[in-house]
Amino acid sequence: MAKLLTYSEKNTWIHRLCGVTKLIFFILWSVVGMVTYDTRVLGVMLLLSLILFKMSKTDYRQVATIVKVVGFFLLINVIAIYAFSPGQGTKIYNCRTVIFHIIGPYDITKEQLFYEFNVILKYFTVVPIALMFILTTNPSEFAASLNKLGIKYTIGYSIAIALRYIPDVQNDFNEIKLAQEARGIDMSVKVSLPTRLKSMFAIIFPLIFSSLERIDTVSNAMELRGFGKNKRRTWYSEKKFSKSDYLSIIFVILSSVIAIIITFYDGNRFYNPF
Amino acid sequence: MKNPIIQFENYTFKYRTQKEPTLKNINLTIYEGEKVLIVGPSGSGKSTLSNCINGLVPFSYKGDIKGKLTIKGKTPHKAGIFEMSQIVGTVLQDPDGQFVGLTVGEDIAFSLENDCVKQVEMKERVYQAAKTVGVHELLRHSPQELSGGQKQRVSMAGVMVVGCDILLFDEPLANLDPATGKYAIDLIDKIHNESKKTIIIIEHRLEDVLYRDVDRIVVVANGGIVADLTTDEILSSNILKEHGIREPLYISALKYAGCQLKKESKPSNLNKMELGAFQCAVRDWYQSVDIKEKENMNSEILKVSNLSFGYDDQVEVVSDISFSIKKGEMISIVGKNGAGKSTLSKLICGFQTPTKGMILYDGQDMISDSIKERAEKIGIVMQNPNQMISKSMIKEEVALGLIARGVAPEVIEKRVDDTLRICGLYQYRNWPIQALSFGQKKRVTIASILVLQPKILILDEPTAGQDFRHYTEIMEFLKKLNKEQGITIILITHDMHLMLEYTDRAIVIADGKLIEDNSSASVLTNRDIIEKASLKETSLYDLALRCDIDNPTTFVERFIQYDREVRSNG
Amino acid sequence: MKKSDIRSVAAIGIGTALFILLTLAAIPVGFIPNTQLQTRVAFLTFMSAIFGPVVGGAIGFLGHAIADASFYGGVWWSWVIPEGVYGIIIGIFALKFKIEDGGFGLKETVLFNIAQVVANIIAWIVIAPILDIVIYAEPANKVFAQGATSALLNIITVAIIGTILTKAYSKVKSKTSSLSVED
Repeated sequence: MAKLLTYSEKNTWIHRLCGVTKLIFFILWSVVGMVTYDTRVLGVMLLLSLILFKMSKTDYRQVATIVKVVGFFLLINVIAIYAFSPGQGTKIYNCRTVIFHIIGPYDITKEQLFYEFNVILKYFTVVPIALMFILTTNPSEFAASLNKLGIKYTIGYSIAIALRYIPDVQNDFNEIKLAQEARGIDMSVKVSLPTRLKSMFAIIFPLIFSSLERIDTVSNAMELRGFGKNKRRTWYSEKKFSKSDYLSIIFVILSSVIAIIITFYDGNRFYNPF
Repeated sequence: MKNPIIQFENYTFKYRTQKEPTLKNINLTIYEGEKVLIVGPSGSGKSTLSNCINGLVPFSYKGDIKGKLTIKGKTPHKAGIFEMSQIVGTVLQDPDGQFVGLTVGEDIAFSLENDCVKQVEMKERVYQAAKTVGVHELLRHSPQELSGGQKQRVSMAGVMVVGCDILLFDEPLANLDPATGKYAIDLIDKIHNESKKTIIIIEHRLEDVLYRDVDRIVVVANGGIVADLTTDEILSSNILKEHGIREPLYISALKYAGCQLKKESKPSNLNKMELGAFQCAVRDWYQSVDIKEKENMNSEILKVSNLSFGYDDQVEVVSDISFSIKKGEMISIVGKNGAGKSTLSKLICGFQTPTKGMILYDGQDMISDSIKERAEKIGIVMQNPNQMISKSMIKEEVALGLIARGVAPEVIEKRVDDTLRICGLYQYRNWPIQALSFGQKKRVTIASILVLQPKILILDEPTAGQDFRHYTEIMEFLKKLNKEQGITIILITHDMHLMLEYTDRAIVIADGKLIEDNSSASVLTNRDIIEKASLKETSLYDLALRCDIDNPTTFVERFIQYDREVRSNG
Repeated sequence: MKKSDIRSVAAIGIGTALFILLTLAAIPVGFIPNTQLQTRVAFLTFMSAIFGPVVGGAIGFLGHAIADASFYGGVWWSWVIPEGVYGIIIGIFALKFKIEDGGFGLKETVLFNIAQVVANIIAWIVIAPILDIVIYAEPANKVFAQGATSALLNIITVAIIGTILTKAYSKVKSKTSSLSVED
C-alpha cells in the first residue's frame, strides 16, 4: 500500500511557524494561483515557491513519487484539454497564429500552446507549497491552531482524530487483506470486474464495520474525559504567534493583493502577449 | 476510613432495548480509599455496573433506573456525565479506543484541555502524571510507537491528571502479556498506596489481579451480587467455581489435595499462607496422581529451519529460528508482544518472504507456493473475528473461500455443511452472523478456514478477552478438532493458563530468537526463560516449592493432567 | 454538548481516516484506461446516510482535501467542494429513513438510489465542471465530459457497493427475534 505523505520533524524557520500561518499561506497562495492566469505572476510565484521549498530543507526523494504522479496527471489533463478544445487558446487570447496543421480542427496554435503552458504553470505554483505544508506542519499543533481562525474546536478535533487513526485503520486494512487473500480472494487485476468487486467487498466490509465499532468506543472515551463540556477548550500543543508568523501572514496578504492587482490591471485574468 | 463513597441501594437498571433488567436490586457500598475487585462471567452485568459508576449509564446507554445510587454525595443520572468524570476516572479496556490524542502528551492532557486549563499549568500537570506511571520520556511519541502496556499507562496518567477520587479499571489485563500485566497490577497498587484513591478493578483474570492485595472481592452473576467478601473468605469458599470464574491454580491444587481452606489460613497470598498440614496433603496427592504415557507422534508435518526475516537490512525481526512440528500436535508459540511471534506466523503463511531459511511442509519446501496455495495446507485464524467476517449469513461466510476457488456448488454445499457440523454450527446455518455470541463468531471464522481442509491451523490469541466459560468452550472445541480431525494446531498466545492446560509443548520466542522449545510445564517453571520472554511463572511452581516437592515441573504436569480429567468429567 | 454531537466528532474523524485510505482501494474498471470505481464514494454515501448531512459533508470535504494533498501534492478545490456537497445532499435525504431500525426495504433502496443519482449529478455534472471553468478556465466540453464520466462511475459504485453496505448495516442493527435452531 502506498505510503501517505506525513509530517517530518526538522528545525527550520518554516517548521517553527504556526500551523495556522502555513494554512493561511497555503490557502491564499492557492486562491491566487487559481484566480490568476497572468504568466508573469505565475512565474514569480513558481520561483518563490521553489525557494521556500528549498528553505524547508525537504529531501526531494521524499516527494519524488508524488511529483511524478502529479506530472503524469497533468500530462493527461493537458492532452485532454487539447483533444476536447484545440481552440481554447484562441478563444481566450482573441487571435490565432497557426504553427502547423495536424488534422481536422486540430491545429497547433501559438495561443493554445501558451494557454496550456499557463495551465501547467498554475499547477506547479501550488504543488511545492502544498507538499511543504504537509511535510512541515506538526499535525497536533495544526489541529490546535485551527482554533485561532475561529473554526469550531469540534472540527479541529475531528481532523486530529482522523490523523490519529489513519495508521491504525491502515494496519487493519493490511491485516484484513492478508487474511482474505489466504482464503483465496484474488485482488489482482487478472480477474473479471464482478470478481474484483466481490473481492474488494471481502476487505472493506469488515474494515468499515470494525471502524463503526471504533466510533462508539472513541466517543465513549471522549465523553468520559469531558469532551464538549465547555464552549471552548485549550490545547496542549498550541503554539503562540511569533514575529515570523505575523511577518509571513503580512507578506502573503500583501503579495496576494499585489498579484491580484497586476492580474486584473488589464481588465481580465489573462496576460495577453499576442 | 469507613466513609461510603459509592452506594447502590436497591438499584435496578434495564436497558431500553432489553426486556429484562440487566442489574437487579443491587445493594453495594464501597468505602473511601478501598481497593475492590469486581469479578463475574460475561453477561453477568459487571460492565453495566461499571458503566453506572462512571455515568455512561444512563447517558450513553439509555434505560430505566430504579432505586438509588450515590457517588460522593452525587446522583450520577442527575449530575451528568461531565460532573461524574471529575469524580470517577475510567481506564477502558481497548487501549487504542481510549487513546484519542495524536501523541502521549496530548492524550494525557485531553481532560485538562476540555476543562480549559492554561497551557503552562497543563504541561506541568501532564509531566507529573506521566512521571507517576513512567511514561514521561515518551511525551512526544505517537500511539503507534508504543506497546500495549505503555498505551495503558498513558490512559492511567490521562485519568490521574484530573485528580478524580475514584479510579475505575475495566479489564486492565485483557491486552497485556503476563509480565506487563504484573507490572500494571503493581502500578495500580502503587497508585492506591500513594494517593489513597478508591480503586475499582473489573477483571476476570483473578489470579493475576491477586498478585497484589485487594480489600474486597465482589462477585456479580445474573445481574445480582452473589458475594461481597474479603479475598481470604472468597478463596476458602466455592463461590468462584460455582459462577464460572477461575480460581487461582494453587487454590485448585490445594482443593484437589483435599485441603479444607479456611480464611484463617490466609489463602489470598501463597507466600504468606499458613500451609501447615496442607503440605503433607499436597505431597500425598502429588504421589497419588499417575502420569499417563504421552502419545508418540512421529511423522513431521512442518519443519522450519534457520528462518530469518527483517523489514530492512539492519534489524532482524525473526532471526535464525528452527523447530519442527509433528502431525497431530497442539503447541503454543509464546513470547512478549513484539517478540516476533506474529511475524513468524506470517512467514509460515507466506504473507512475508523470509530473507533466509526454509519452511518445509510434509518434507516439501513451500517457498514457491502462493498465499492461496499455502492456505489449503496451513490456515490462519486472526484474533478479532470481526476483522475476518465479510458476509452477513453464516453459510455464505463459510463458503467464501471455496467460491473464490471455483469449487462446484454441490461440493461447496456438502463441505460447508460438514464443516458446520464439526464446528457445532449446523443448527444455526441460516442465521445472520450478528445474532451469534463472540465465541460462536470465533467458531464461524475457524469454520471458514477449516472448510479449505488445511492440515495445520494457526490461531492468534484465540481466547483474548474471553471469560472462563467462553475460554473453555473455544479451547475444548479446538481440542476436539485436534483429537478427532487430527488437525495440527499452533496457538500464538500470551495466556499462561492456556499454554499449560492445552498444549504439551511450547516454543518460546524472545527478541526474534527461539530461546526454548520444551514442555509447557518446564517452560513455566524455568525462571530464566520466564524473565527473558516476559512470561509469568505459575503459582503451582511456588506451591510445589513451599511443599518441598523436589520436582516442581512434574508437579505442574501432574496437576494439569488431573485438572483436565476433573474438568472433562464435568 | 450532547452525546450525539460527540459521536459526530468521532464519526467525522474515523470516517475521514477511512475515506482517505479507501482512496487506495479503488477498483480499476479494466477496459477503459485510468477509470476506477471509487469505493470511497460508496463509503461516503453510507456514512452520510447513517450520520446525516453534517458528518457526511465534513467527511467528503476533509477526506477529499487531505487525500488530495497527501497523495497528489495539491488540493483540487473544484473537486473537493462537490464531494462535500454530495455528502450533505445524501445526508439530508437520508434523515427520513430509519436505517438503524432495520427499515431499509425495497422502497428505501429505490429512494436511496434516486437520491444518490441526483446527488452525483449535482455534484459532478453541475458543481465540479462550473468550478473547473471558473477556477481553471478549462474548456467547457472537456470538464463536462470529465464530470459525466465521474458521475456515471460513482453512480454505478454506489448502486452496487453503497446499497449492499447500507442494507447489510440495516440488517445488523435490526432485531433478530424470529430465529430458531434447525436440525
